[in-house]
Amino acid sequence: MTLPEIIQFVIDLLAVLLLALGIKGLSKVKSARDANRLAAFAMSLSVVGLLSYYVGTSGIAIQSWIWIIIGSIIGSLFGAILAKKVPMTSMPETVALFNGCGGMSSLLVALGVAIFPISRSSLINQVSISVSIFVGAITFTGSIVAMAKLQGWLSTPGWTQSRVRHFVNIVFAVASLIAFFDLINGNTSSIWLLVIVSSLLGIGVTLPIGGADMPVVISLLNSYSGIAAAAAGFVVKSQLLIIAGAMVGAAGLILTQVMCKGMNRSLVSVLFGGSLSAQITASSGSGEYTNITSCSVEECALTLEAANKVIIVPGYGLAVAQAQHTLREVTKKLEQNGIEVVYAIHPVAGRMPGHMNVLLAEADVPYEQLKEMDVVNPDFPATDVVLVLGANDVVNPQAKNDSSSPLYGMPVLDVQEARTVFVIKRGMSAGYSGIKNDLFDLPNTSMVFGDAKKVLNDLIGELKDLGVGEK
Amino acid sequence: MSFINLLWVLLLGSLLGLELIGKVPPTLHTPLMSGANAISGITMLAALTCIVKAEGNVPLLIIGSVSLGFALFNVVGGFFVTDRMLAMFSRKPSNKK
Repeated sequence: MTLPEIIQFVIDLLAVLLLALGIKGLSKVKSARDANRLAAFAMSLSVVGLLSYYVGTSGIAIQSWIWIIIGSIIGSLFGAILAKKVPMTSMPETVALFNGCGGMSSLLVALGVAIFPISRSSLINQVSISVSIFVGAITFTGSIVAMAKLQGWLSTPGWTQSRVRHFVNIVFAVASLIAFFDLINGNTSSIWLLVIVSSLLGIGVTLPIGGADMPVVISLLNSYSGIAAAAAGFVVKSQLLIIAGAMVGAAGLILTQVMCKGMNRSLVSVLFGGSLSAQITASSGSGEYTNITSCSVEECALTLEAANKVIIVPGYGLAVAQAQHTLREVTKKLEQNGIEVVYAIHPVAGRMPGHMNVLLAEADVPYEQLKEMDVVNPDFPATDVVLVLGANDVVNPQAKNDSSSPLYGMPVLDVQEARTVFVIKRGMSAGYSGIKNDLFDLPNTSMVFGDAKKVLNDLIGELKDLGVGEK
Repeated sequence: MSFINLLWVLLLGSLLGLELIGKVPPTLHTPLMSGANAISGITMLAALTCIVKAEGNVPLLIIGSVSLGFALFNVVGGFFVTDRMLAMFSRKPSNKK
């Protein structure tokens, strides 16, 4: 081993260790922030290791330096700006976009090396290039479709809910396989066929998936981008790249599994089942509401004023209405009156698991007021008022009582156990799943119709009139 | 480094990844996903190698540079956005029980 090799080896070893510690630390609340920085440090270390190796051996041409600097500055700048500017509510689509660009990067490297070989061509080389292109392209187009759907730029076209889509995707898959083997056989021109059909496959697979399942898809695509990176590692023969890629790929897979569990969905049904609502309109689960009680904001305020313990159940609707700050003002008033307030966070509340925690943290809600489902469920019988804000399926008692319901078995919050439940909702439209919510029919449930933000603002006014929160 | 050795590296790396994430509180799903996503931008090393080995081949230099840009967009953006999310959790650690 020469000196540059030893130096790079030591740096790579250190970088892998730090990356592993980083991923590990990210799974604990206490260490997460430091772990994230540690991982970022490890990444920059790996760049230093690679560059120092080439400086010490073959040297790096001025021209190469120029292109390195151009690429780095542009990429980092846009990344940093987007990361600073993007609102917390659109976090899922931002992650999807970043992820897609990672896939694009692997795809481009493989393409470049395929067209202009930098090392002797071999079978292994061809296979790694093909895998890298295939996975990279799927990651890119899949992530972009996921982002567009979350942003509302793309809706789910009707034909994608029929069986035709399986046929179309199989055609794409077979075509990519043919291109794949053709490429390995040394027919370089089929590289473009591979790029095109695997891109189409990424679109075809992601497009039919409904909005509620999108987080799982993003997590899965994240795992793919790790695999794409590992494949790129085979292309340029970098151990560090392979380890880091494999780590992210495997960790992403586990995370995907964890998320599926939280939503009571299997990965297979997410990927091949189409959007959930399409299945339900065909089956049972829908039905008419018979016993809806609606009430005014004033009544709601009066009940809140008399309460001792209030639990807030925030959901997707709150995130959409961007009402987390207004909600915080309401709860502040209640707290000033000595009312105990906690937030019940369902594992998949918001638009992504953990997303609601981020949103509420942004509105300055103290971390210890956020209670996870298992912790808060026993508290509901001793609770005076539950305020359900834009959540729906996660508070549906059907999941516990009705074995014929598609929701049956999904972990839910037992809000119906509380003395009074207020559901703040725009109208009687169904939730993501399109299933009737039995909670709304219960005698202790009252509906407060209106936009979450507007209702909360009115609530602040009413509470003020009642003298709540003014010592 | 032979192909077989690289396969071993792949295998051990995957096993490490499977072990690293055991129990994750739901709170951290989004930041963890976003952080892991930033790490997947490690493919920037491949882009760098590509540029260094281009030896004056301008099209390859450009492809490498664009690829590097995409990768760094992923890495820098990913880490910043994760930090932004995590900063919100740790704002008031003092009165935590």
